[in-house]
Amino acid sequence: MRSRWSYVYFAFYLALGFVLLFLNNDINKAIITLLNIIIVLTPLIGTIFGVMYYYNSKEFTELLLAQPIKRSKIFMGQFLGISISLTLSLALGLGIPFLLYGLFKSSAIFDFALLLVVGSLLNFIFVALAFNIALSNVNKIKGFGYAILMWLFLAVIYDGLFLISLVMFNEYPLDQFSLLATMFNPIDLSRILILLKLDISALLGYTGAVFKKFFGTNFGLIISFSVMILWIALPVWRINTKLKKKDF
Amino acid sequence: MIQINQLHKKFGKLIVLDGLDLDINSGGIFAILGPNGSGKTTLIKSILGMVIPNSGEIKINDQSVLKKWEYRNKINYLPQIANFPANLSVKELIAMVKNLRPKESNDSDLIKLFSLEPFLDKKLGNLSGGTKQKVNIILTFMFDSELIILDEPTTGLDPISLIHLKEIIQNEKSKGKTILITTHIMSFVEEVADEIVFLLDGEIYFKGSTKNLKLQTNQPDLEHAIAHLMQKDNV
Repeated sequence: MRSRWSYVYFAFYLALGFVLLFLNNDINKAIITLLNIIIVLTPLIGTIFGVMYYYNSKEFTELLLAQPIKRSKIFMGQFLGISISLTLSLALGLGIPFLLYGLFKSSAIFDFALLLVVGSLLNFIFVALAFNIALSNVNKIKGFGYAILMWLFLAVIYDGLFLISLVMFNEYPLDQFSLLATMFNPIDLSRILILLKLDISALLGYTGAVFKKFFGTNFGLIISFSVMILWIALPVWRINTKLKKKDF
Repeated sequence: MIQINQLHKKFGKLIVLDGLDLDINSGGIFAILGPNGSGKTTLIKSILGMVIPNSGEIKINDQSVLKKWEYRNKINYLPQIANFPANLSVKELIAMVKNLRPKESNDSDLIKLFSLEPFLDKKLGNLSGGTKQKVNIILTFMFDSELIILDEPTTGLDPISLIHLKEIIQNEKSKGKTILITTHIMSFVEEVADEIVFLLDGEIYFKGSTKNLKLQTNQPDLEHAIAHLMQKDNV
């Protein structure tokens, strides 16, 4: 929490929240805009913070490793520390302007809650992924590079590939494939969840209808959240496994 | 006290520890010497559980320490490079380490001894190398443990602190502690060590007193004796 960057991040969200609301004066619209930004931004910040923190505290971690503590406790502590700190910055940074603009009076409160939940989940997911990459790469530059590549891939390239495959395989029924493909990218998953909640899914045409049928139901929602949790759990499990064999 | 059997460790293709066997009795000061890359730090880190050996056994007081962590409560370790988080103060760091160990600590006496009172509220990122090393030493010696491992402890210390350090080491030895020191400073070894453990190519090439080493290599002083050992043809 002492880190200056947390405050910068917090201030950024604060400013963003206020500006959007000032320009729009409509909570709903502001939330939609924010959602689009958050979906791409939280993973990026989570990745960068995760990698930077890991490499910066490397020597201190070695001091901790010589103490009578379990290795997993050390790294889980770091992981949770960053993720929670980022989540707090997000929640407070956005929460305060929205509250001041009368969030509680608006029906949009559930959408806002979804915004925060999704943002937080993405924080945790990408910090976990960043840690995984940092743990596997002693070379800081390589590690940082891979982490950014990973973010780029999931945020941008994945969608490109997905669209291309949709176009190429146009004749085939693609609903199952689309559903499955969404599971493999937490960013897309979040995007879909949010779009559906906000009922803009009509814009997606047939695919939108399929998604709505699946995700719109409670069953779909539960599955989505489970997959997001899985996206956190698997990297965390891999971190712990790697830790058992790693030399410091 | 420490029994090491057939310890093997390689990093990628580089073999660092090659079937190392070592027995260290409790009580006494052991200097671990050897050329760069001989495996000194790897050996120490294996004992501490920071490096995971490929095969072999490490026992402290007849109990295996591989994959365990509670035994580290009985070890005090001084790392070679003391890099602390820059935005913590000295006081906060000491409090944090005290928190991590369920043991009594003796920090106030040591702080007085090394004259660190004026630095307690300063951020660790602003301290000089020598002052950081003093903090390092306090963190190491403030607990009472039967095994003490020091990796290049004299780095950056001014002459007064060096004298204090030697006093502390002798004090611990008189309490029956086992102390392992890696260093390249032969005068320090000569003054302080009871036995020398010399590593070469991942194995123990010599273990014995300074006197024996000089006799065996037929050299007048420790520096030349060690240099002699390091020229592999003579071993």
